[in-house]
Amino acid sequence: MMGAASRGDAFRAAGKYLLLGMLVIVAVFPIFALIMASFRPGRDLMRYGIAFKTLVPSAFDPKNFIELATSRDGVYLTWFKNSAILTILQAGLSLILSSFVGYGLGVYRFRGRSLVFMLVLAVMLVPLQILILPLYKLMSAIGIMNSYAGVVAPFIVSPFAIFFFRQYSLGIPKDYLDAGRIDGLGEFRIFFLLTAPLMAPAFGAMAILMSQQAWNSFLWPLIVMRTGDMFPLTIGLNSLLTPYGNNYDMLIAGSCAASVPIIIVFFFFQRFFISGLSAGGIKG
Amino acid sequence: MKTASYFRSYRLVPYVFVLPFLLSFCAFYLYPLIGTTVMSFQKIIPGRTHYIGLENYAKMFSPDFAQALGVSFQYTVYTILLLVPVPVILAVLLNSGLKRLNSVYRAAFFIPSLVSVVVAGTVFRLMFAASGRAVVNSILGLLGAKPVDWILGGAWQAMALMVLVAVWRWTGVNIVYFMSGLQAIPADLYEAAEIDGAGAGRRLVSITLPLLRPTILFVTTISIFGGFSMFEESYIFWQGVSPNNVGLTMVGLIYQKGFQLGDLGIASSIGLVLMLIVFALAIVQLKLFGFFGKEDR
Repeated sequence: MMGAASRGDAFRAAGKYLLLGMLVIVAVFPIFALIMASFRPGRDLMRYGIAFKTLVPSAFDPKNFIELATSRDGVYLTWFKNSAILTILQAGLSLILSSFVGYGLGVYRFRGRSLVFMLVLAVMLVPLQILILPLYKLMSAIGIMNSYAGVVAPFIVSPFAIFFFRQYSLGIPKDYLDAGRIDGLGEFRIFFLLTAPLMAPAFGAMAILMSQQAWNSFLWPLIVMRTGDMFPLTIGLNSLLTPYGNNYDMLIAGSCAASVPIIIVFFFFQRFFISGLSAGGIKG
Repeated sequence: MKTASYFRSYRLVPYVFVLPFLLSFCAFYLYPLIGTTVMSFQKIIPGRTHYIGLENYAKMFSPDFAQALGVSFQYTVYTILLLVPVPVILAVLLNSGLKRLNSVYRAAFFIPSLVSVVVAGTVFRLMFAASGRAVVNSILGLLGAKPVDWILGGAWQAMALMVLVAVWRWTGVNIVYFMSGLQAIPADLYEAAEIDGAGAGRRLVSITLPLLRPTILFVTTISIFGGFSMFEESYIFWQGVSPNNVGLTMVGLIYQKGFQLGDLGIASSIGLVLMLIVFALAIVQLKLFGFFGKEDR
């Protein structure tokens, strides 16, 4: 390898890690600032924003978090619940269905395969934001506005995940399939019993990506969800920003509590994530 | 007979596998696409919708449209200029040296992308507050500059704010893409180059960058889509109403016309034109990417 350490060039290695370390501090600083600010009264923030002088609170008062759970009849907890349900529905369905399609495209040769793959690529290239109007009309027409189904439906098959699973399953040796067939397994049981477990790293990587997207999605739930009791966290938090002043007590503590779960999930699956992305991702 | 039926069912199997995509494609892409095309030729008033030919397209090119296109275009250019070279350099640095420390750093760079754009907007709004005591302005103060009103100050401040949020959130993701690209480069190429006496800079220019080209083009392509379909980074700061429209993007304009002003026809025509712009850029990019040629038959 071309490692600096192996060249014994300790100076340059130290410089490199110093530079990287400073950039890491810049990258993580906003999260740190958010956590620190969540222990301060909102009116401090209203006046100066986040300031260096007031970065570390004098006392770690959990008042904001207690209020978060209790104020406005615990509406924050409802938003949290909605986000959790939407994320599990959307990420779960999209993992199953997209892996199914990606695997079908990667493993089988059939008439129309290239056409389907081209369609997947084409869909990847059409930002859904452009289609929000007709999608909105469609959802109203079938009566699933202001419902979980309405938010999740357009995303339960993800072209990006299909592409990813296809790339990944291209590398599955055909012998596996043949071995399964000789043992008398049907094609679907081969997928569920033999090949899906082989794609575990791909599932891990996509699980993180899909959950993150669902948990953080904004524009589409903003359109579909009409009443406060159906808002996910993103829309609920956004509704605290008003022209008449921002409710920073709730906003900051709420932002904090909304971000921590996904960061924890990431740290649990992190190794999966990186190795899965590298194995299935973009090859040179 | 048995083999024949096996054969027949086997031929159907792949279609069952791809069926979910075909269904969702028809329901959520093809149908809306046709719908938006039809609407773009209509004047849509509940109960009295009628065709008006190209009128929406003629009316579409307002000063707002020019402003939104300009903002989206600038935003896309700036994000690409920052979000390709910076992550490439960081990925190269993180790809050599101490493995454990590298993976800790890489994870740290990735954390911002896990945070929702609303949360990012909230923190940035406070860090970039207009007061001279807010974090960013006090750093500028140390450098002798006057406090800047980032959110309401004007066009360049608004653009800087949106681009910085994007850079903060996406650097870590692009690092992961580039690192997976780097790992596909055979190590013996570097060894051979080192034996031939090539220095670090030379190896970067002659080996790393050319072999990283597909990944660079991939990231550039997704940045074009992301850039032109940007809405949220603007919405979180101005809730759709920015002074002199400094934060108005193309998707913001569609949202404004369609959902806030209720003119679905004109919003549809803007959407279609935006899609054509993005598509044209995409085709050019994919040609460069060599995607069409590489698909195995």
